[in-house]
Amino acid sequence: MARMTMREAISRALWEEMERDETVFIQGEEVGVWGGTYAVTKGFLDHFGEKRVRDTPIAEAAIIGSAIGAAMTGLRPVAELMTINFAFVAMDHIVNEAAKLHYMFGGQFKLPLVIRTTSGGGRQLAATHSQTPDAIFAHFPGLKVVSPGTPADAKGLLKSAIRSDDPVLFIENATLYQTRGEVPEGEDVLEELGKSKVQREGDDVTIIAYSKMVQAALEAADMLAEDGIEAEVVDLRSLRPLDMGPVIKSFKRTNRAVVAEEGWRSYGVGSEVAARIYELAFDYVDAPVKRVAQAEVPLPYNADLEQMALPQTEDIYHAAKEVVYG
Amino acid sequence: MAELVTMPKLGFDMAEGTLVRWVKAEGESVNKGDVIAEIETDKATVEVESTHGGVMFRHVVEEETTLPVNAPIAVIANDGEEPSEDEIESLVSAAGGKPKKKKAESAKEEKGSKEEPEAKAKKESEPAEPAEKEEESGVTPAGGVRSSPLARRIAEDKDVNLKKVEGSGPRGRIVKQDIEEYLETMREEGREEEAEAVGKALQTVAGFAPSEVPEDEVLEMSRLRQAIGRRMQDSNQNFPHFYLTRSYRTGALMSLRKELNQLLPESDKLSVNDFIIKAVALALRQYPNLNASIEDEKHIRRHGHVNIGVAVAVEGGLMTVVVSDADQKPLRLIAREVREMAGRARDGKVKNEDIQGSTFSISNLGMFEIDDFAAIINPPEAAILAVGVVQKVPVVEGGELKVGSRMKATISADHRVTDGAEAAEFMQVLANYLEEPMRLLL
Amino acid sequence: MDKNEHLKLYQEMVIIRRLEESAAELYQQGKIGGFLHLYIGQEAVCTGISSVRQPKDRIITAYRDHGWAISAGIEPKIVMAELLGKADGCSKGKGGSMHMADTELNFWGGHAIVGAHIPIAAGLALGDVYQGNEDAITICMFGDGATNIGFFHEGLNLSKVWNLPVLWVCENNQYGMGTAVKRASAVSDIRQKAEGYGMPNDQIDGMDLMNVREKVSKVMDQIRKEGGPYLLEIMTYRYRGHSMGDPERYREKDEVKKWEDEDPIGVFRKYLIDEKIATDAELDEQDQEAEAIVEEAVNFAESSPNPAPDTLFDNIYVEPTPIEYRGYEMAQESEEN
Repeated sequence: MARMTMREAISRALWEEMERDETVFIQGEEVGVWGGTYAVTKGFLDHFGEKRVRDTPIAEAAIIGSAIGAAMTGLRPVAELMTINFAFVAMDHIVNEAAKLHYMFGGQFKLPLVIRTTSGGGRQLAATHSQTPDAIFAHFPGLKVVSPGTPADAKGLLKSAIRSDDPVLFIENATLYQTRGEVPEGEDVLEELGKSKVQREGDDVTIIAYSKMVQAALEAADMLAEDGIEAEVVDLRSLRPLDMGPVIKSFKRTNRAVVAEEGWRSYGVGSEVAARIYELAFDYVDAPVKRVAQAEVPLPYNADLEQMALPQTEDIYHAAKEVVYG
Repeated sequence: MAELVTMPKLGFDMAEGTLVRWVKAEGESVNKGDVIAEIETDKATVEVESTHGGVMFRHVVEEETTLPVNAPIAVIANDGEEPSEDEIESLVSAAGGKPKKKKAESAKEEKGSKEEPEAKAKKESEPAEPAEKEEESGVTPAGGVRSSPLARRIAEDKDVNLKKVEGSGPRGRIVKQDIEEYLETMREEGREEEAEAVGKALQTVAGFAPSEVPEDEVLEMSRLRQAIGRRMQDSNQNFPHFYLTRSYRTGALMSLRKELNQLLPESDKLSVNDFIIKAVALALRQYPNLNASIEDEKHIRRHGHVNIGVAVAVEGGLMTVVVSDADQKPLRLIAREVREMAGRARDGKVKNEDIQGSTFSISNLGMFEIDDFAAIINPPEAAILAVGVVQKVPVVEGGELKVGSRMKATISADHRVTDGAEAAEFMQVLANYLEEPMRLLL
Repeated sequence: MDKNEHLKLYQEMVIIRRLEESAAELYQQGKIGGFLHLYIGQEAVCTGISSVRQPKDRIITAYRDHGWAISAGIEPKIVMAELLGKADGCSKGKGGSMHMADTELNFWGGHAIVGAHIPIAAGLALGDVYQGNEDAITICMFGDGATNIGFFHEGLNLSKVWNLPVLWVCENNQYGMGTAVKRASAVSDIRQKAEGYGMPNDQIDGMDLMNVREKVSKVMDQIRKEGGPYLLEIMTYRYRGHSMGDPERYREKDEVKKWEDEDPIGVFRKYLIDEKIATDAELDEQDQEAEAIVEEAVNFAESSPNPAPDTLFDNIYVEPTPIEYRGYEMAQESEEN
C-alpha cells in the first residue's frame, strides 16, 4: 500500500500500462507538452515520446474518431477529453460509433478504447463547463461507463479499462484529484469493471453513490454514526454495466436507501438505482428511496450560488435521517 | 355482496390445514377482525380472523375438515343480506377454480383496488409530494392502512392485522419496527397471563393445608395443550408403534466432550444431546426408511434432508425445534442452533423456521435422571428416539466387574414404514457413532 | 492488364449494377427494410479504385456501400444476405444496407452518419503508421455532402497535422440528398477545400474506369512516396434517387439522361470493343454470367436463415456482461437475491 492522491493513482495507472503494453498510447488536448491540463500526464512526453503521447488539435470529434479508428486496427488508445462537457462535441463518436461498431458489424470490429474525462462542478466554471452528465452516457448499451470514488479504485479500474477490449468512458472528478487514499501497489492489481463495492458497512441505511459523492457519503456516514445511525455506503463505480448486487444485498438488510449523485436528479443515476431497488426488493422497502442530486438549474458562476446548487454532505445526512425517520 | 372466506396460507410450506373448530356459528354477527374459526396445521393451531363484517351466513365446511390453502370455508353476508343458494354456489365454485385471494391482507387490497383503482395506482407508484395532498383529500392507501411494503410482508408472514398496529412513520405509515414492537407487546401480554396462571398453580401446591383444601378448578386448555393432545392421540392411536431399547457405552463420548469443552468458550459448550443429534443424523443417512413420512396409504416419502427435531419443554407443553441438515453441520453449530432455538422457544419468541421441517425427532429426558422411556412418534415422522440419562453403572468387561458409563435409548418406530430388524440395525449403527465419537468430528 | 483482367472488371461493374437492380425489386417487395441507397451510375469509382489498391490498403466508405463491398471482395451472395438481414450476411444481419464490412478484406465499412467515418479513417491510418505498416494507405470515400460537416474538416486537418497516409476520395455525385453542391457548399469545387489544409488535391472524371485507374494509381504512388494525405475529387453521378422513394424533384429527367449517355458500363464496353480487347458476344456472355451470379446471390440470401434469436445479445461487448432484456432480467435477478 502507498498513500497517494487520485491524480497520482491515475497517472501511475497510465504509466504502468504504457510501460507494460506498447500498443497503449494517449492522445488529447495538452496531454503532451503541457503535461495534461490536470497534470495527470506530466513527464509522459519525455519518457514515452511523441508517438505515444500525442497532442491533438482542439477538435473532439477528431480526437475520439481517430482513437476509434486506431483501436479498430488493434491499438489501445487512451483518448482524453479535457472535460465531459466537451464530450458533447464528440457525442456522435462516443455513442454512435464507439458504442455501436462492434455490434453493428456482427462483432468484426473490436474497440479497445478508453476515453478519459473529468466531470463535476464546484470550480466556478459556470454552466457549460460544470456539468455532471454521466448518466447520459450510461444510457447507451455498448459503452462501459466507469467512475471511481477513491484513489485505489481509480488506479485499479483505469488499468482494467485499458486492458478491456470494449470501449470505456472513464469519468474522473476534477475536484477529487487531490483526494488521498491508500492504493495497493503492483502492476497487476486490478479492479474488475462493472462491480459495485461496499466502502463502509452499516445496518441502518444504505447510501448509494459514485465518484465524488462517495466521499460525501462517507462523511455523511460519519455524521450519522454520531447520531447512532450506521450507514452502509455502496460505491457503484460503474454506471454501465450497473451492478445492483451489493446494493440489493445491503438494502434487504437496511430497508432504507439514499442515492447520491452530483448530476441532476431527473432521469439520473438515482432514478435508475431507485427504480431497480423497487423492482428487485419491493418487499423490503420500509421507506421511499431518497435521491440526493444537484438543483435543477444550469450551474451559476458565483461561488455561493454554485455551492447552493451542488449536493452537499449535509444533504446526504439529512436525506438519510429522513428515510430512517430518525 | 356476500364475501367468501378461504383457508389461509399460514406459512411458506403450508399446503393444507384442518378447520378444527368454528368459533362463529351460522347466524352470528361478525365484526371485521373477529375470530371466526380455528385452523390447525402440522405446525400450530391458529385463529382465523374475519376480513369482513356482517353475518356468518354459511359454514361451507364442517369442523375437522382438512382443506387445501385457498379453498372456501365460509360465506359472510352483509347485515340484512340473504344470498341465494345460487349466489353462494357461484362464489364457492369461483374460489375453488382458481385461487384468487391468497391472504387476508391481499384480499383487502384487491377490494380497495376495485373501489379506487386510480388512487391506488398513484399512491404506489409515487409516494412523493403530490401524493400527500391526495391523502388529505381523503383517499385511502392500499389495504386501507398506510404501511411500507416490508411492513406488509412481515405482517403477512406473522399474521398481524395491520389495523391493530400504530405506525410511527410519516403520516402514520407502519414500518418494520412498528410491527416488531407490536409483536413484542403481544408476546409480553401473553406471558403475563401465563405467569399469573402458573403463580396460581404454585400457590395451590405451596399452600397445602388440610383445612384449606382448594376447590377443584376447571381450566381451559391452552391452544398449545390442545394441539399437543390432538397430535399425540392421533399418533398413538393410529400409528402402529413398536419399541426397541438399547444400551450404549458412553465413556469415550463423555471424555471427548470434556476435552472439546475445555477448548470451547462457555457460550459454545457441547451437550451430550448435541452429540446424539449428530450421531442420529449420520445414522439416518444410512437408513432412509427411518427418515421418512407416510405420504398416503400407498406411498412413503423418504426425505432428502436430515432435519432433526429436538423436543424442548416450554411453559404449558413442549415444542420441537429443528436442526436442519444436521448430518452436514459441525457439532459446534448444532449446539449453538439448539441453544438459540430452545431459548427462543422458552421465551415464546420462536421463529417459524425454528419449528418447521423436522424429519426425525429426539426426546431427551436425561437431565431429569430418567433411565429410559418410550416416546410417541411426532407425526408425520416415521420414528422418534427417546434418550435417557448417562450414568455410571456396574459392567462386566473381560470377565471382570467394572464401573462403566452407559446411556439407554429407545426408538419408537412406525410399523407401516419399517420393521424391527431394520430399526435394530439403525440402533446398532448409532452405537458405532456414539461409542466411537471421533467419527462425529470427521 | 490482360484481356481476362479487363473482362473481370467489366463483369464486376455489371454484377454491382444487376445486384442493386435486384435489391430495388426486393425492396419494393418488402424483403429489404430500412434505407436502401443505390450506387447505380458510380460503379467505375469503386471498381477502378479497388482494382489498383493493394491488399494492405484499407477501404472505408459511407452508407452507399454495396458497390464498395463487392469491389473489396465480399461475395455478392453475402452482400445480398446482409441486405435481407440474414444470418449469412457480412454483418450477420445486424447492419443492413448501410453497414457492410469485412475486416479480412481490409474493408472497414459502410458508415451511415454523414462524415463521422472521416476522423475514424484518420485513426485507421494512424494505426498503420503506429504499427509500422509501411506504405499502407487508408482510402476513405465520402460524398460531396459530407464535406460541409465539421467531421470532414477535423479529420482532414488532423491527417495533415499528423501527416497520415490517407487518400481522401470525394465521390461528387452532384447532390447531397436532394441539395445540389452549389446550394450547399461555399465552393463548388470540393477539391479546393484541401487547399485550406495545405493538402495536395485533384479533380478527375469518375465515369471512365480506365481514367479512374490511371489517376488513382498515380496519386497512390505519390502518397507512398511522399507520405501524407491527398484529397481526390471524383466527378460522378447516381442515376437513381438518394434512396428508395426519393421523389427526385431536384433534377430534370434530361439531366439524368445526359449522364446516362456516359454510363460507366457503356463507356467501358465501348472502350473494350474499340480497343479490340473483347467482342460484343464475349461481353454479352459476361453480362449473362453476371446475371446468373446475382440470381444465385438472391436465391442464397432468400434461403439463408434469419439470425437466431439469441444472437440479439451477441457482440454488444467483447467481454461478457449481464444480459438485460426489456426489464425481464429484473425478475430473474430478484429471485436470485
